[in-house]
Amino acid sequence: MEDKPGVLNRIASLFRRRNFNIESIAVGHSEQPGLSRMTIVVDGDDAKIEQVRKQLDKVIEVIKIVDITDEEPVARELALIKVRATPSTRGEIIQIVDIFRANIVDVAVDSLMVEVTGDEDKVDSLIELLRGFGIKEMARTGRIALTRGSAGPLLVEEPKEVKVLKQPSKPSPEEAESPPDW
Amino acid sequence: MKKTGAQILCECLVREGVEVIFGYPGGAVLPLYDTLPQYPELRHILVRHEQCAAHAADGYARATGRTGVCLATSGPGATNLVTGIANAYLDSSPVVAITGQVATPFIGKDAFQEIDITGITLPITKHNHLVLNASEMATVVREAFYIARAGRPGPVLIDIPRDVFQQETEFVYPERVDLPGYRPKLFGHPAQIRKAAELLNGAERPVIIAGRGVIISGAFTELRELAEKAQIPVVTTLLGIGCFPETHVLSFGWLGMHGMAYANKAVNNADVIIAIGMRFDDRATGMVSSFAPKAQIIHIDIDPAEIGKNVRVDVPIVGDVKNVLQALNEQIVPKEHMEWFSQLEQWRREHPALSIRETDDLIPQYVIRQIYEVTRGDAIIVTGVGQNQMWSAQFFFYDKPNSLISSGGLGTMGFELPGAIGAKIGRPDETVWCIAGDGGFQMTIQELATIVQEELDIKIAIINNGYLGMVRQWQQLFYGRRYVHTRLWGPDFVKIADAYGIAALRVTDKKLVTSAIEKAMGHKGPFLLDFVVEPEENVFPIVPPGASLTQFIEMPHEERITRSSQ
Repeated sequence: MEDKPGVLNRIASLFRRRNFNIESIAVGHSEQPGLSRMTIVVDGDDAKIEQVRKQLDKVIEVIKIVDITDEEPVARELALIKVRATPSTRGEIIQIVDIFRANIVDVAVDSLMVEVTGDEDKVDSLIELLRGFGIKEMARTGRIALTRGSAGPLLVEEPKEVKVLKQPSKPSPEEAESPPDW
Repeated sequence: MKKTGAQILCECLVREGVEVIFGYPGGAVLPLYDTLPQYPELRHILVRHEQCAAHAADGYARATGRTGVCLATSGPGATNLVTGIANAYLDSSPVVAITGQVATPFIGKDAFQEIDITGITLPITKHNHLVLNASEMATVVREAFYIARAGRPGPVLIDIPRDVFQQETEFVYPERVDLPGYRPKLFGHPAQIRKAAELLNGAERPVIIAGRGVIISGAFTELRELAEKAQIPVVTTLLGIGCFPETHVLSFGWLGMHGMAYANKAVNNADVIIAIGMRFDDRATGMVSSFAPKAQIIHIDIDPAEIGKNVRVDVPIVGDVKNVLQALNEQIVPKEHMEWFSQLEQWRREHPALSIRETDDLIPQYVIRQIYEVTRGDAIIVTGVGQNQMWSAQFFFYDKPNSLISSGGLGTMGFELPGAIGAKIGRPDETVWCIAGDGGFQMTIQELATIVQEELDIKIAIINNGYLGMVRQWQQLFYGRRYVHTRLWGPDFVKIADAYGIAALRVTDKKLVTSAIEKAMGHKGPFLLDFVVEPEENVFPIVPPGASLTQFIEMPHEERITRSSQ
């Protein structure tokens, strides 16, 4: 979709209005300047998914929608988990983190922060194992995904000129005219 | 050449062919109003409430097929537009709404008359845009008009802060619109069209259901060609009325909750249905699971999201109706369906939905029919919502597209008067009748002033039964006759009209109906007729909510006899 203000709002509003359930939503820049890629995980039967796809397609800024459920995509999620750690449990936690090829990214007196990347199952199982030690805080990104192979179906066929509207610089309040007076 | 944001907006409007703006001034749009006199080709109609600016733009759009434009200030001006925008959205009417906004430095500060109107209208516009710099004005306006009109039409809102109106910038008119995310599919897939043709050619009991898409696409000749070539009966939706001449021998009325019993029976017994430019609204289909159980369904619509949304479809065709029908008609084999038509005619005889019962009482159905007789059907009818709307759709026969203008999807009471204003301004040479209920009329009654100020020759018929009639009817039929808050006191509408300087007559006697309508027609200028009708008259047939189309209730037999023997 085009990288314009309010697009995320449009999509979120659409899901609410049409009574679709979002499981996760992740958005960021794509390989093309001016275009963002949004990965949305939606639960529903074929008819529902078809409606989601068609309704999303009506949002003007949305360029292309692909259902990659059956494309065996590479899907990854990142989680940061702050887990309680005492001198006696710290070693065990580090072992688990190693097994999952996760990283310890912050150490405090009574806690460790773990960073894990992987598919949803992997993240879920690590969280499950760490739960016993006591999870103090946790943040997950939701899934992002791409299809395998050299060229994915996500590429826009004919690269189009995409207008990137420059955000106008706002005048500072001093520069602005007098307060609204009507 | 440098121009202000307001000038650029006006330049763009002129280039889009806009001839009229329905609006209401206020602080945030003052720079624009100050600029308007520089563009005398932009006629401004001052309404009395912003809701009516949106309705009038909508009525104008429906009557002319062109894009209607409305204008309001920030805050309450903008929120007042909301109902009108939603109305246009639900009925796919091309409207561009322009709102003022507080100056950019004040956005987000809860400034005086600040409201996030792009946020508010997000789910009821096809698109909307907050213009943050005059340099993007031309592109935004160009895109807005393109989006409003292209594909399935709809409202687009442009929100413009006060300082952006005043900013000066180089005016460059974009020659073309490039929206990579919006390219409506205009031509149907040939393989699907072939499949549709095969289905129709093999059909024994085919039915066409034609909707407003036929009118929007301007596919009247194509629809007629299809119907006549393949001898298929045409049933329309409420908003499709007029897309096929109702006096044509192949016309079988319109379907749905208050549709003709024979239309509903035809749909229910069809083996192939070709649904054209319609969206299977619940008022049209009744209970979806029992809709057209024997039929294979071909669905043509320009909006892919409508296909399969409510009803299962066997042959989906996405494309502009006119293009698709042109391609389809070439592959249609002329055919006759004698047996099917004799069955249809029998249903038509058994369920004379459109007969008016014999009585000396002043009944609304008779009023509508007399308006039809006196105008010889040559009028644009703009209705309110409720009983008056259903009777207008039932007892007037529409042979021309855009001759019935009515709020279908949103069902907005109060649409009638501003809608009629828009229609009359769009088509000044046509006779425009506004048919209102006494409830809906009181919702936008202030627009009588607009009619007088703009010297609009609009004829108004109030079907005055002293009730919120349709709701009362539901209370009678489905809520044990408990009339909770539907008895409606109304003012003396003749005196009201008089106070506005509009000629008016009250009609309480059936014998005077025709002469009153003739008098209104003969009068130069607006005329209001207050028809005080039977208070508890009901709209029949009615398919109860949640029931299937064939479970319609007709006018009770005994009532027909006893009432007519009085």
